[in-house]
Amino acid sequence: MDMPVPAARVLARKQEIVARLRAVLPSDSVIDDPAETRAYECDALSAWRCAPLAVVLPRTTAEVAAVLRICTEEGVPVVPRGAGTSLAGGAMPTADSVVLGLARMTRVLEVDFENRFIRVEAGRTNLSVTAAIEGEGWFYAPDPSSQLACAIAGNIAMNSGGAHCLKYGVTTNNLLGVTFVTGAGEVVELGGPFCDAPGLDLLGVVCGSEGQLGVVTEAVLRILPKPEGARPVLIGFAANEIAGACVADIIRAGILPVAIEFMDRPCIEATEAFCAAGYPDCEALLIVECEGSPGEIAEQLGLIREIALRHDPVEFREARDAEEARRIWLGRKSAFGAMGQKGDYICLDGTIPVSALPEVLRGIAALGRDFGLEVANVFHAGDGNMHPLILYDANTPGQQERAEALGAEILKLCVAAGGCLTGEHGVGIEKRDLMGVQFTAADLEAQMRVKDVFDPPWLLNPAKVFPLAASAGRRAGGASRGAAPDPEVFGPR
Amino acid sequence: MRVESEAELVEAVRGARAPLRVVGGGTRGEVGAGERLEVAISGVRLYEPGALTLIAGAGTPLSEIEAVVAAEGQRLPFEPPRWGALLGLAGESTIGGVAAANVSGPRRVQAGACRDSLIGLRFVDGAGIAVQAGGRVMKNVTGYDLVKLLAGSRGRLGVLSEVAFKLLPAAPAQATVRAEVPLSEAGRVLAAALASPFDVSGAGWLPGQGAVLRLEGLEGSVGYRAGRLAALLAPWGARIEREGSVAIWRDLAEVRPFHGRAGDIWRFSVKPSEAAAIAARLDGEVVLDWGGGLIWALLPEGTDARAQAAPYTGHATCLRGRAPRAEPEAPAVAALSRALQARFDPRGILDPERAG
Ligand SMILES: Cc1cc2nc3c(=O)[nH]c(=O)nc-3n(C[C@H](O)[C@H](O)[C@H](O)COP(=O)(O)OP(=O)(O)OC[C@H]3O[C@@H](n4cnc5c(N)ncnc54)[C@H](O)[C@@H]3O)c2cc1C
Repeated sequence: MDMPVPAARVLARKQEIVARLRAVLPSDSVIDDPAETRAYECDALSAWRCAPLAVVLPRTTAEVAAVLRICTEEGVPVVPRGAGTSLAGGAMPTADSVVLGLARMTRVLEVDFENRFIRVEAGRTNLSVTAAIEGEGWFYAPDPSSQLACAIAGNIAMNSGGAHCLKYGVTTNNLLGVTFVTGAGEVVELGGPFCDAPGLDLLGVVCGSEGQLGVVTEAVLRILPKPEGARPVLIGFAANEIAGACVADIIRAGILPVAIEFMDRPCIEATEAFCAAGYPDCEALLIVECEGSPGEIAEQLGLIREIALRHDPVEFREARDAEEARRIWLGRKSAFGAMGQKGDYICLDGTIPVSALPEVLRGIAALGRDFGLEVANVFHAGDGNMHPLILYDANTPGQQERAEALGAEILKLCVAAGGCLTGEHGVGIEKRDLMGVQFTAADLEAQMRVKDVFDPPWLLNPAKVFPLAASAGRRAGGASRGAAPDPEVFGPR
Repeated sequence: MRVESEAELVEAVRGARAPLRVVGGGTRGEVGAGERLEVAISGVRLYEPGALTLIAGAGTPLSEIEAVVAAEGQRLPFEPPRWGALLGLAGESTIGGVAAANVSGPRRVQAGACRDSLIGLRFVDGAGIAVQAGGRVMKNVTGYDLVKLLAGSRGRLGVLSEVAFKLLPAAPAQATVRAEVPLSEAGRVLAAALASPFDVSGAGWLPGQGAVLRLEGLEGSVGYRAGRLAALLAPWGARIEREGSVAIWRDLAEVRPFHGRAGDIWRFSVKPSEAAAIAARLDGEVVLDWGGGLIWALLPEGTDARAQAAPYTGHATCLRGRAPRAEPEAPAVAALSRALQARFDPRGILDPERAG
């Protein structure tokens, strides 16, 4: 993975920069001891590591703004960080960067059931947002599998999704407002507990901008009353194609389950070996979950059963109680852990039109054979969000490179099928150099113009998202300028 | 000028020497400065019912899209409303116009806004460069979400040439639970319904009707939820309407109580709990949608509605009247928006109002 050469000017000024940060933050909020900064050298894409110049852990928006002002004046790149669970290297530092972590900003600031929102500091973890309101019967819908660890800040930056987004949407559909700080240290409020922005939808573009437009410090999130209940069915099939066809038929029939999850044989076998969920011996299975009262669930599952039976399922298993429901979800929820037991893996998340599922699954299998690597598939089938897991052995020289090359080919296949490189994990460094597969130079230029406006010196997470060659001029300009903010944007201070 | 393809649109924008006034169907008003540019890039490019996705030229009439998807038992989730009759404008809404204005109907409380269903688009920026944003899949975080930036931009960053939407199955059944309460009570009723697990897909208040709540879905489910919701709202005398349900939501989406009436027309997008107090301060008639988060107001001509309604958390839009259309933004937000406009439209030809 190419990363820009760290700016010697910044490395040489480490002491002065750290001293300036210490002057505006409490002493326990600045970390520069290499033994401690190592904890921040990577995110969940752990094959790629680099310790930063320093780490700051501010406690308030004002402290965040003070840090950003200093870094801008010093021309120091800033890498915002939530919980560091990014699978794309989004939170990976460079040697000349300051990691700005939100781990100490975790408070709930306001809960308003009447207006159905919660306002939190953005370092709060996803699951603890729901934990704060579930006692009253409410929840926050986006539920990435990493929800125990990942922070709302990272969810907003990556526009994260989850198993239930078929019905409830992803982060951007549940985000009402943010407080965020521009690179120049200006605090901006976007949106709030009301609908739609009066002008351009800046909130919409900040969500999913991978820490490149500003640092989000607070968020206003839509909360929802919990459904009366939920119940899954497990349907086993003799072939991937049949499972894919069944997904399309369910959707066409006008039923909208909250989740349709897909697992193929390699994945089923791995999870059976790992947690013995009791899954049937078959080529592919679907887990379909419906919500509502017992009667409503029965109505939906009845229709799903009718559709499934037309596809000659190997098995149709309806959960009759909570324990059976838990067992149906057990294998799916353990899938990543099960693959981890088998060895190292890369998890991709290209999305494809649901109609292309069978063809893309065939293509992935063929590519896996060509590369001599095993690929297991477990994914959100309702919205075509694939999760091919490429198994490899990091200790065998050359295997990681081969796995990455296979990953790139799979993602190209997704794009060729009418899909995209990433459906929920983000581009980060991992897919940065593949952006040209999906976008033209003009498309990328339009996106980079947005960064020019929010972060004129290109100091916020600069080496991510855009192919290095495409962003080179802009990054060089920023670094050498030592970063004078655009007066049109930020005005005289 | 009229363009029928993206290539023609590129030529038209590149060749423009004066500000352009982009029109789709002309339902948002034909008046204004600038040279008229009609985007007639029309037709459904791709429709995959099994994937719930549709791509169409930006100039495709909304009614054509609705007919195509209805034939497969599907619909645009956000219930695009028609305001032609409300504002006294002729012309047919185009799908690109709907996207550029990010207009959403009553189902916004459940299914999100237009921008939430818009999964991709193509546009031509002010320099005449064609750009693709998003795609045709529901989950896509590849690069910045320019789709959101363009949705609701009213053409200020670029002229839309193509749009891609996520669809939903049309509900086979619906019912309305109605409680004849005065406006001052409406907020309480709507909030109680939206805090229930009954998946309300519309929550408003109409003069002469009272608070109305819509339930949609499979027949058995609608019957069940309507019964439970009516019981929950029994203290307000709630009753279930089956026959009249469709008409109630058409009346609300099109704001029929204000049709053919003189006066200024305003929309307030606010924190729902503030709606009753704001409405009480306004010197005119109101209709509520989005659980009280949207206040429609018909006010005497020339009313300074923002001053009259204050204080409120949100923003007001003047749809008909002499007041400035949009609420002024906070200086930092306005500066970012201006800088984006300068980047996407360096010659200033896409905003006739700004160009003057
Ligand atoms: C086991 C596992 C399962 C996962 N499952 C899912 C899943 O189901 N769905 C899904 O979508 N993702 C999933 N992920 C990916 C990951 O959890 C998400 O991307 C998550 O949102 C990252 O949050 P974080 O707080 O850990 O962010 P980090 O990893 O710390 O950062 C992610 C990005 O956000 C930026 N950022 C962080 N904080 C801020 C801020 N305050 N302001 C601006 N930018 C900021 C960073 O610079 C970086 O680019 C999974 C990851 C793992 C390890």
